[in-house]
Amino acid sequence: MSTQARFPAASRLPHWLMAPMIVAMLFIGVGMAASLSPRYELLVSIHRPLGIAIFVLCLARIVNRFINPPPELPDTVPSLQRFAAKASHVVLYALMFIMPLVGWGMLSAARYPIVLYGPLRLPPILPHDLTLYAWLRDLHTVLAYLFFATFLAHFGAALFHGLIRRDGVLQSMASWR
Amino acid sequence: MKPFSVGAGPVSSAGVLVRLGAIGALMLSVAGAFAYVGGWLSPVRLTQDRMMAAFQHASGTHAGFRRNHAKGVCVTGWFESSGQAVALSKAAVFRPGRVPVVGRFALAGGMPFQTDAPAKVRSMALRFLLPGGEEWRTGMNNIPVFPVNSARGFYEQLLASSPDPVTGKPDPDKMKAFLAAHPETGRALSLIKKRQVTSGFANSAFNSLNAFRFVDAAGASVPVRWSTVPVQPLAADSAEPSAAGDKNYLFDDLIAQIAQHPQQWRLIVTIGQADDPTNDATLPWHAGRRQVDAGTVTIDHASSEDGGRCTDVNYDPLVLPYGIEPSDDPLLSARSAAYARSFTLRAGEEHEKAPSAVTAQEVQAGGKS
Repeated sequence: MSTQARFPAASRLPHWLMAPMIVAMLFIGVGMAASLSPRYELLVSIHRPLGIAIFVLCLARIVNRFINPPPELPDTVPSLQRFAAKASHVVLYALMFIMPLVGWGMLSAARYPIVLYGPLRLPPILPHDLTLYAWLRDLHTVLAYLFFATFLAHFGAALFHGLIRRDGVLQSMASWR
Repeated sequence: MKPFSVGAGPVSSAGVLVRLGAIGALMLSVAGAFAYVGGWLSPVRLTQDRMMAAFQHASGTHAGFRRNHAKGVCVTGWFESSGQAVALSKAAVFRPGRVPVVGRFALAGGMPFQTDAPAKVRSMALRFLLPGGEEWRTGMNNIPVFPVNSARGFYEQLLASSPDPVTGKPDPDKMKAFLAAHPETGRALSLIKKRQVTSGFANSAFNSLNAFRFVDAAGASVPVRWSTVPVQPLAADSAEPSAAGDKNYLFDDLIAQIAQHPQQWRLIVTIGQADDPTNDATLPWHAGRRQVDAGTVTIDHASSEDGGRCTDVNYDPLVLPYGIEPSDDPLLSARSAAYARSFTLRAGEEHEKAPSAVTAQEVQAGGKS
């Protein structure tokens, strides 16, 4: 077995909790932006509270990353891949943090009430401004595609480590013991 | 060595190829699923983009305007609840008292400079501003039922009524084919044609058309449709525009009437029974259903869309307060989705928008009539 250090449980748990949330969020988002079907209302009503849940969990995760820094990559990983790994994680964290804020902000600028559940609503965080809304709405789409592309690269890299390099990097996150 | 064991140690070069292929296939499947959900792999699926393209096909390009109900004016006023709907819905708007209202009167269709005419469908949109940031938005029309009962039907009707590129007029054969494929539209249109056309916006009744659900304090819900019924006396349309040659006569009359005296509508809620369809807006409900007078909408101020308070508002029918819920009517999701896309498009075009047909000067002059 590899001697590669594992992520602590406090890091693995939120990773595997948020992974399906984020992937679901990306698929719901791209689906609802195209949809005219009766599913649209359901998708929107999931998208908003799920986005806020991701935002809150992301904040906890950033704090955790300082308390529990990730294990170093094995020495066998070339420096370019090392850089790519670092950069893609920065992008993933940045998007987890920014995407919900852009969503909340664009709904605020459009003055849509932001319903979480039942009577629970979020207050607007930006002034009612159509031009600002249009800009943030476009940004939300562009960042969503970037998020999906980064997730796909992360997924592919994890499989590459697990199946081809077999250097213990995948197991450092994907082990249940 | 098993080809897919996730262990340690080197993999044979043939194994590497197989594994690379497997990784590529997995990534491609995820990307493909994403593209499928986004509608890129389904050329015939009715998406928001295709609906917007159909509006453009039917009405032309009018940057900065709503894709439908493009010609309108803004109004403001208030809703005074009678308290009588409290037993049906826990929504704060029905408790006795007043809430401010920002509304919009408009003509159906995507042409922002069309000429007013009696038979054109008139609409009233209302935004009730409840305490605590809650809102209720509703768009209603002066027709008894809606001509279609699905997004697909709406889309096909738009295409069938679009001008032919050669003649510049809709092709009657296309409309005939559409009506043959949609018998529900034929039945709805015969009801719509029989409606009483009044002399203007102020004495028109407007109907929600779609069904919703009112939820009471105990969590029990009933299907409802609502209407705003004018307090102003009915007067049949004289077929003679009040100011001959005024292409905005409906709007100008309304502006003049509001300037003279606040205009009022009673908000009437009709409670459906088990055999009243909630998922088909082409079908009327049975006559004689219980009705509740929920209160009175008073409109005391009109303004042009240019600078008016309704302009930056999307009258999304799914913006509902706690205590009002959507029904199973598929048009609610379709309207909400299409309105959202129209709103996003016109928000991005705001800087290139031409002045609205009813200008600020026209409103200031008290309407032309």
